[in-house]
Amino acid sequence: MELVYFLIETIVKVVAVFAVVMGMVAYLTLAERKILGYIQVRYGPNRVGPFGLFQPIADGIKTFFKEDVVPARADQPLFVIAPMISITAAIALFAVIPFGEQIEIFDRTVSFTIANLDIGLLYVFAIASLGEYGIVLAGWSSYNKYGLMGALRAAAQMISYEIALALSVMGVLMISGTLNLGEIVQKQVGWNWNILYQPFGFIFYIICALAEINRTPFDMPEAEAELACGFNIEYSSMKFALFFMAEYAHLIAVCAIATTLFLGGWDGPFNLPPALSWIWFAAKTAILVYFFIWERGTFPRLRYDQIMRFGWKFLLPLTLANIFVTGLIMVVRGM
Amino acid sequence: MRAMSKGTWWFIKGIGVLVASVFALAKGLRLTLAMFFSRPVTICYPEHKREVAPRWRGVHYFERNERGDTCCVACGLCVAICPSQCIRLVALEMDSGERYPEIYEINTVRCIYCGMCAEACPVNAIKLGKGYEFVDYRRADLVLDKGRLLANAPKEV
Repeated sequence: MELVYFLIETIVKVVAVFAVVMGMVAYLTLAERKILGYIQVRYGPNRVGPFGLFQPIADGIKTFFKEDVVPARADQPLFVIAPMISITAAIALFAVIPFGEQIEIFDRTVSFTIANLDIGLLYVFAIASLGEYGIVLAGWSSYNKYGLMGALRAAAQMISYEIALALSVMGVLMISGTLNLGEIVQKQVGWNWNILYQPFGFIFYIICALAEINRTPFDMPEAEAELACGFNIEYSSMKFALFFMAEYAHLIAVCAIATTLFLGGWDGPFNLPPALSWIWFAAKTAILVYFFIWERGTFPRLRYDQIMRFGWKFLLPLTLANIFVTGLIMVVRGM
Repeated sequence: MRAMSKGTWWFIKGIGVLVASVFALAKGLRLTLAMFFSRPVTICYPEHKREVAPRWRGVHYFERNERGDTCCVACGLCVAICPSQCIRLVALEMDSGERYPEIYEINTVRCIYCGMCAEACPVNAIKLGKGYEFVDYRRADLVLDKGRLLANAPKEV
């Protein structure tokens, strides 16, 4: 019987998280276009429905009915699988994120996490690096030189920044002493947020996250000006939409993980009932997402060699130094 | 005083560059945030229209005379001066001795809206109006004949 309850609970959670994430992804595309529009002193999409609110639906219908082209010389199976890998990896990240405090329903303790893994953070990094395969395989299988260039850049950039990304959250791990994301949040409750102890770690994490999800200033794999479109140049219709959705799902996931690790997750300035604690989580994630759009409207794209130099010669030593200093302080204070 | 070692100098310089670049980034972010909260300059076209310049040269129209017909006396000066030769005129002499345009057509596909016809006209019959919403599906529909030129005249205020 316990197994049945567990299954029902998990399925409900999976469906809820999936629905919410996909809805957020759809409206994030609109939000991004709107915010970028206002930054450029124009309105952005405002024709479809009130304030353009039906734009994502129109876009969805449009991409759905577009012709699905597969290049004649493309590597067919890989070409089809690549977007699936991308979207799967992006959405699977949400499995371990604790959205809220534990609640009691029908004498059962239900946590706002799909899977309360003890190796949550490790899982996050494993799945996040899986997302690269989608991009690399897409560029490789398209039989297109721009696609290949984009994939090459993506591979080099994402792998180098992944190291700094993992190192930037090491400080958090050292402080909280656990890989379980739920426990990491638990330890931050009550103005004990990790950003207060790891301000540089947070900044490094944000920078590496930008590189990890291929966003401006690090949007090398799809540099429009040089690579036409980069790795997804040959993709059309829903396959392209999958990449697009994966990109935004990844963006939300990265912000959610930053919230979990550094901003205290569902902990807020004043306590909400446990069933509503996800509101704090959503608010913090939304602020980070806004920042990600805001910086896209501000910063130009870096040159490829500058990105690599920044990653290896600057970010990597600094993240290592951050770990070193954190360790030193912990030893001195006898934590 | 002992000179600073090269390493120390390099370190201090690096910190300086770092601080300067963070300030530069923050400056950019501040500007875009200010722009985000400023009013968009977009004029939402079909609902709101932009005022055209006072001497705007839009679609042509005919001035009417006291009989309500065109003022045109079919002198042919506009035909002569038109640089793109887009005006077709067939003149007719009435019993009273007045000349009158039997056919007057402006092919607006060829027209460059230079306004020379309006300047050449001795009786100020042909003029360029303020209208700019002038599209159609076929080329033939873009040829303005006498009736359409009269209809294009701006409404009396």
